[in-house]
Amino acid sequence: MLFTSYEFIAFLCGLFILYYLIPKKFQWILLLVGSAVFYAWAGIRFLAYIGVTTVTTWYAGTRISGIQEAGNAYYDAHKKEMDKEARKAYKADVKKKTRGWFLACLLLNLGILAVVKYTDFVIDNINAIFHGEISFLSFALPMGISFYTFKSMGYLIDVYRGKTKAQSNLAKFALFVSFFPQIIQGPISRYDKLSETLYGEHAFDPVRIRSGLMRIAWGFFKKLVIADRLLAGVKTLSAKPEEYQGAYVVLIILFYAIELYADFTGGIDITIGVGEIFGIKMEENFITPYFSKNINEYWTRWHITMGAWFKDYIFYPLSVSQPMLKLSKWSRDHMGKAVGKRVTVYIANIVVWFATGLWHGAAWNFIVWGMLNCVVTVASYEMEPLYKKFHTALPCTNRGWYDVFQMFRTFWLMGAIRILDVYRNVPTSFKQVGTIFTTGGWGSIFSADVLKLGLTGADYLVVLIGCILMIAVSIVRYRQKDDIRVNFEKRGVVCVSAVILLLVFAVLIFGAYGVGYDATQFIYNQF
Amino acid sequence: MEELLEILSDLHPEVDFTDCDTLIDDKILDSFDIISLITEINSEFDVAIPAEEIVPENFNSAQALYALIEKLQDED
Repeated sequence: MLFTSYEFIAFLCGLFILYYLIPKKFQWILLLVGSAVFYAWAGIRFLAYIGVTTVTTWYAGTRISGIQEAGNAYYDAHKKEMDKEARKAYKADVKKKTRGWFLACLLLNLGILAVVKYTDFVIDNINAIFHGEISFLSFALPMGISFYTFKSMGYLIDVYRGKTKAQSNLAKFALFVSFFPQIIQGPISRYDKLSETLYGEHAFDPVRIRSGLMRIAWGFFKKLVIADRLLAGVKTLSAKPEEYQGAYVVLIILFYAIELYADFTGGIDITIGVGEIFGIKMEENFITPYFSKNINEYWTRWHITMGAWFKDYIFYPLSVSQPMLKLSKWSRDHMGKAVGKRVTVYIANIVVWFATGLWHGAAWNFIVWGMLNCVVTVASYEMEPLYKKFHTALPCTNRGWYDVFQMFRTFWLMGAIRILDVYRNVPTSFKQVGTIFTTGGWGSIFSADVLKLGLTGADYLVVLIGCILMIAVSIVRYRQKDDIRVNFEKRGVVCVSAVILLLVFAVLIFGAYGVGYDATQFIYNQF
Repeated sequence: MEELLEILSDLHPEVDFTDCDTLIDDKILDSFDIISLITEINSEFDVAIPAEEIVPENFNSAQALYALIEKLQDED
């Protein structure tokens, strides 16, 4: 059930009406039923996968919490009788008892994800290397498996670390895992944050609901008016790489940057807006990413919950693990302080970016995309002292225009790396970027030739106006550090209603749907 | 505390670490800095900071970080 389908709108309306008609204590149960229906819509058989993850993670979580609670109770009652060594040994013993449940559940669920998502990729590579003919297993990919597996494993790690108390109610935990607005493209919520509002009783609050509707309408606008319209241009340009080179590659970088932003952030706007109309608060997944001044900042503003997941659950634990600290010490003793300081960071960075690439898809283009991000983040870290000297020597770099230059540079750098996602082929991607410097054609992209790319003059105009609106909204967000909706809400109900209506009309009139269009799946659904 | 301030100043000489309590909130320390810091602390104080302690509250100020080191030393 696509967010942009009539089925989804009907489903959402029905759920919304029921949600505020039934007794509030049953609201979360209705959301669970709704989430099950939403998931089953993609195929009843897929319920088994999400069911296994839900039940195993819930059970392991309750066992881990149970051991921890019993251990803490005993510790509190007897700590006066224990010396320092005995206390340490007791705590280590409790940790050891929980480790078995933790590792078994983690390996099982990551194993399911690995088998379903990556088996054919491994077979393909084995066949290529050894000239084999092993048949593909062609597992059907359960909807949102990467998202719900990461969400569940984040919960499990938090419980194991003692940061979160396990949810004892299986149905409540099932709602956390399967909550329908975020099942297909995130955000990858943390249990402690989402549970604050997920199970609560929510009164009909017109202000909050109007605000949520505004966000949903803005999401539909970005997806249907901008992203799906530009899709035709991206498809045309990427289908014939030998024909569209040089300046056209710059054009496709620009088109895809806009399309992906409008598509992914539009989907997240719908997700967060849907949450708001039900009174459920979710984390922001994007905060003006294209205004980032360097790649590190970009990754704290783009797909925030995924970046935070990799940072908290892979980068940090790996970097501060005992073997890594020993390696750092050894490097420091044998190769100097500078190497000792860097070695753990760089190894963990390589692992994280490899995993991030692989998480996006079972293909080399995603892995190379991840490794390029790794190279740029490391280069950027190494060049920081140089940048500081440069900025000190040239005071003009403190001015606003230099910030804009840095944003421009980061936008194009990230766009160029993202080209791997467009061509889905590593050699083609590198070759195409190379043609920017070897092949001209700059005149073509400023001529009527651009009207042969699947976009009419009217399409360009609509996209241009859409982009101006997105930039304006982003500037407000960037400057006031708050959503533009606050400004509309201050002006009252008439203003908010007018904005919603304008957006709805804009989607109805300018949306890329109906005859000749096919409202496409959100790009991130495939991950 | 002096040793810790020295380690922090090595990372960012331009920051006054005696006064700042928004090192994470204001993005003065990024994830690379945090790991460099932890390896330095491990080497200087012989304390291993576990991943679950890497939270803004422990890294927002030199004082908070020092309190964490003392707590971990006490546990050891």
